[in-house]
Amino acid sequence: MTTPEAKTQAVELTYREAVREAIRDALKRDERVFLMGEDVGRYGGCYAVSKGLLGEFGPERIRDTPLSESGFTGAGIGAAMAGMRPIVELMTVNFSLLALDQILNTAATVRHMSGNQFGVPLVIRMATGAGRQLAAQHSHSLEGWYAHIPGIKVLAPATLEDARGMLWTALQDPDPVLIFENIMLYNMSGRLPTDAGPVDIDKAVVRRLGRDISLITYGGSLWKTLDAATTLAAKGIDAEVIDLRSLRPLDDATIMMSVAKTRHVIIIDEGWRSGSLAAEIGMRIIEQAFWSLDAPVARVCSEEVPVPYPSHLENAALPQASKIVAAAMAALGRA
Amino acid sequence: MTAPTDKPRLSREHVLSLLKQMIRIRRFEAKCAELYTQEKIRGFLHLYDGEEAIAVGVIPVLEKRDRIVATYREHGHALVRGVPMTTVLAEMYGKQEGCSHGRGGSMHLFDRATNFYGGNAIVGGGLPLAVGLALGDHMQRNRLVTACFFGEGAVAEGAFHESLNLAALWGLPVLFVCENNLYAMGTALALSESETDIQRKAACYRIQAEAVDGMDVVAVEAAARRAVHAVRQTGKPYFLECRTYRLRAHSMFDAQLYRDKGEVETWRKKEPIVRFQGWLEANRMVHPDDLTRIEADVAAEIADAVAFAEAGTWEPVEQLTRFTYGEKAA
Repeated sequence: MTTPEAKTQAVELTYREAVREAIRDALKRDERVFLMGEDVGRYGGCYAVSKGLLGEFGPERIRDTPLSESGFTGAGIGAAMAGMRPIVELMTVNFSLLALDQILNTAATVRHMSGNQFGVPLVIRMATGAGRQLAAQHSHSLEGWYAHIPGIKVLAPATLEDARGMLWTALQDPDPVLIFENIMLYNMSGRLPTDAGPVDIDKAVVRRLGRDISLITYGGSLWKTLDAATTLAAKGIDAEVIDLRSLRPLDDATIMMSVAKTRHVIIIDEGWRSGSLAAEIGMRIIEQAFWSLDAPVARVCSEEVPVPYPSHLENAALPQASKIVAAAMAALGRA
Repeated sequence: MTAPTDKPRLSREHVLSLLKQMIRIRRFEAKCAELYTQEKIRGFLHLYDGEEAIAVGVIPVLEKRDRIVATYREHGHALVRGVPMTTVLAEMYGKQEGCSHGRGGSMHLFDRATNFYGGNAIVGGGLPLAVGLALGDHMQRNRLVTACFFGEGAVAEGAFHESLNLAALWGLPVLFVCENNLYAMGTALALSESETDIQRKAACYRIQAEAVDGMDVVAVEAAARRAVHAVRQTGKPYFLECRTYRLRAHSMFDAQLYRDKGEVETWRKKEPIVRFQGWLEANRMVHPDDLTRIEADVAAEIADAVAFAEAGTWEPVEQLTRFTYGEKAA
């Protein structure tokens, strides 16, 4: 964690609790805000994020929905257009595909199609990623697909500060914002200042400064990448780690500044390799920083297979610190 | 159930207004078809010929502050709602003076001033949106009605069922208006639905529902008065199935191989303008002078709209990526 040594008081909490605090804070600050989704109320949220909020805010504002992803996502769009500030929770990114029509064909297009007369200030949160042996219908990382779509913004909070701070900023945005929470982060704990508040949602952040190679990543892969950087440091390689935070828009400036310095790049992305967000970032580097490179841009992505159930195969399918280390060594000619 | 608001008051002024609105849509769209062949209007163009009594019967019953969600066959709805014909036609030309700044075209007419929320061209896609508008109103204690128009083709979509369930479950003020024109593009109702009595589906969700002759403008208005009154009184949804027929092709690309000319001719005899005008004439509620004046007024309005659209301007290409994201509030 890059949590600055807090001068103010800090509390120990999990990523899950940080998201919950963000939701609670938003509900308190703005009466137009409400949370809606499958099992967010009585059950407490599939990943227990909203546990306790029903008792505090009541069933109007912590609204359990039927299993109707298209229906309640569309209802969130309409409510946003009618002056509310809904937070729609989709249980996982896999289920979000049932709402894809509403997200892509309505939420992302209304401002444009209406010539700027209507906008959709809606936040959609969902869990993403693998690592819990949930197999091929609950484990995918499709945030890169969403980052393809003009008209929406896509965030991937990887730290407690971002889990706590991105939601409020997203709710102030005039357009739909999708927030992807990697399931492997919910139990991550750390210290967060008690006065932690909103953060920006359009800048990448350098989580580890380094000179030799840029490791560009986001979300759940950030921590694997930082682990890899520690291993690389023991081998005398000083890696810089960039946390993208926002997948749309991408912060090209931070990426290119790092590449210009290190001249070597690995992109780490839990999405499948073909047509991935990593492919987009790699291409932007080719377009904007080709002459800075001393080695080909390389990637560590998920293998091209639906995520398997057995633990050893699931692990083999995903980016891991060891793969990141190997890719970095190869890029630096030290394999 | 006969609330005082139920019955249309068939004053001379009112019946002439109903007739004029239907003629206005019909003549406007005839002009649109002509402009389409001249390539002034491009893309898809879906005409409302034969279905005018629905928009004309329902929309004037709504209040100005109420909301409307429509489909890609929405020229008539926009016109009756009060979106100026000039900006509607300019939109169809793609000019920046259009009601959606030219970015939407025929299928995406939007107008904030009249709470007209499109112009939605994914079949069934407008229903969740309407439910959400009504949810927002419900939570903010606005006593508004959201009228949602869709065709019977949408009934086969999951979004239809999800939306009816949500609206009923949460008690939301949506007036669902199904324009059952018997064909989803080229697929007849009996080939797409196991239960062709559509209003029964709404009843399954415990939504008050009725079917009405959608080619009888007075019957549609009477039903709409009952429906809007019920939604406003109860805050709950209501389902109105208007049985009608699309007399022209689905879009300008449709060769209509899926139905007989004879079938169309049979329905043409029942079409809403001829029928209503004939009824008015038989009851001596309209004079030939009235008809002459209506036709002249409509022709003048259309001529103005064409002149407006022709004089409209193309948005500079430099502005291409505008309207993708909004400006953040200061």
